[in-house]
Amino acid sequence: MKNHQLKKEDPHLLLQSAPLLRQELTTPAAMKDVWIALLPATAASLWFFGLSALLIILTSIAGAILTEWVFTDKEKRRFAISDTSAGLTGLLIALTLPPGLPLWMAFLGGCVSIGLGKVVWGGLGSNIFNPALLGRAFLLGTFPIAMTTWGAAGGPGEFFQIHSSNLALPFMQSQVDAMSAATPLGLMKFEQQGTALWPLFTGNTAGSIGETSALFLLLGGIYLLLRRGIDWRIPAAIFLTAALFSFIMFLTDGDKYPSPLFTLFSGGLLLGAFFMATDPVTSPLTPRGCWIFGIGIGFLVVLIRLFGGLPEGMLYAILLMNAATPLIDRYTQPKIFGRQG
Amino acid sequence: MATDVSAYEEMIKGLWRDNPVFVQVLGMCPMLAVTNSAINAVVMGLATFFVLVTSSFLVSSFKQWIPKQVRISLYVIIIATFVTVVDYSILAMLPAIHKELGAFIPLIVANCMILGRQEAFASKHNVKYAVMDAVGMSGGFMIALLALGSVREILGVGALFGVDLFGANFEPWVIMILPPGGFLTLGLLLLFFNWFTERRRQFLIKVADADRMLAVEKVSTEGVKDNG
Repeated sequence: MKNHQLKKEDPHLLLQSAPLLRQELTTPAAMKDVWIALLPATAASLWFFGLSALLIILTSIAGAILTEWVFTDKEKRRFAISDTSAGLTGLLIALTLPPGLPLWMAFLGGCVSIGLGKVVWGGLGSNIFNPALLGRAFLLGTFPIAMTTWGAAGGPGEFFQIHSSNLALPFMQSQVDAMSAATPLGLMKFEQQGTALWPLFTGNTAGSIGETSALFLLLGGIYLLLRRGIDWRIPAAIFLTAALFSFIMFLTDGDKYPSPLFTLFSGGLLLGAFFMATDPVTSPLTPRGCWIFGIGIGFLVVLIRLFGGLPEGMLYAILLMNAATPLIDRYTQPKIFGRQG
Repeated sequence: MATDVSAYEEMIKGLWRDNPVFVQVLGMCPMLAVTNSAINAVVMGLATFFVLVTSSFLVSSFKQWIPKQVRISLYVIIIATFVTVVDYSILAMLPAIHKELGAFIPLIVANCMILGRQEAFASKHNVKYAVMDAVGMSGGFMIALLALGSVREILGVGALFGVDLFGANFEPWVIMILPPGGFLTLGLLLLFFNWFTERRRQFLIKVADADRMLAVEKVSTEGVKDNG
């Protein structure tokens, strides 16, 4: 502000303290890129799940921002909220929630992801685990039934049909929703029933509100890659490992195990690979570390999906590798130039 | 009279200022394992109360005759005796709760809070102080157990001491009665406790500062008066 005023008066008298070279990439700018990248997936979620999706997104963002506001020092509040990282966490956790989830749970999810996922560790940049996934893990452990009851995808024609379970009173159970359906992964796991690739690719399937549409997630992911907002090695390693591992399993028993394309386009793999595993705070810093991190996630997600008790493994795959991140960073430090060993 | 006041202080310190759970972070094993309902927490608290008070009494009575080299094993024998008494009593009186507490009643022997009080306090003080200290410490332990057990039962089942609080439609927070809920609740309670203590400390500093400022002001104004 001051500098600008000086500039106007006399450009030769511009006084500035170091650093004189400034990078454009600030936290709000990086966040803005992620917001833009998430727009297509969010729009797709509104298209398929209607007003329910919108309400869930808004309540969980509200929960996240409110928690950030309450637990931040008075002086830092303005900056903490305006870098939009809290709202982004709220949006990310909302995209991983089922469309019929009671709104109070979505609100609680937002609160927990910021409160237990970020604030208790010391705020932005100090957390070990991805806040949004931590919030989702909490919800999945706390309300296992509500978190695995999926509403079928509709279309724009059913935009105003809210799931009745959305409107359950706080702390109260939701009534069983008539519109529930099984996710492609659930069908695969429990009934050995595949899903056609085209609906899987466009997103017209049951599932979490933001994870179904592979197409729009890919669009957002490619935008982020072009803007260099994320390290390309992490999603690349995840896709390659998951595809390779599931291809090997597919070759051993094609009826029992899904094809690699199904593995890539179903569940939260794309959402997780582009937007959650690449969180700069909780992923490794070194290129070699990024490869190890991505390979670990890709391996774990297929392992959990095919051999674990849960139909979807992205959540725990990323959280487990988050826990391993400090270790990976430590053992992949590049050698200092000129130093032996 | 003076001795009575300090004996009272020995008791009261365990309840809050030196609370074995919130401040010393001792006895975590029963703390996390048996607090999934308030009634379990109370029974565990009472069992610990009995064991700590009686063994503190015995240890401080016998402290002259306990050789220094074997004191720890003697403490453990004394504690284990009372734990056996408690174990059989609960089995006889409350078999259902005994089944739920399971291995954690025999494990009171290994509760570091109890052994710690023998080593740090009962073996160095006379019987009256030792018993008062034991009462305070186990009281503080019980408060912590009850706090954790109540939170976990209210959220996890929607009830307190088995009494339904919210009606049939309550959505239970399943995680709260599982082990992660114990860690989460304990962490949050510790957070709250530390926050509260820090607030109180800051407040006391502020009051002390204000007092000092007032005293300085008084002196300076008096000085002005004298000169005038």
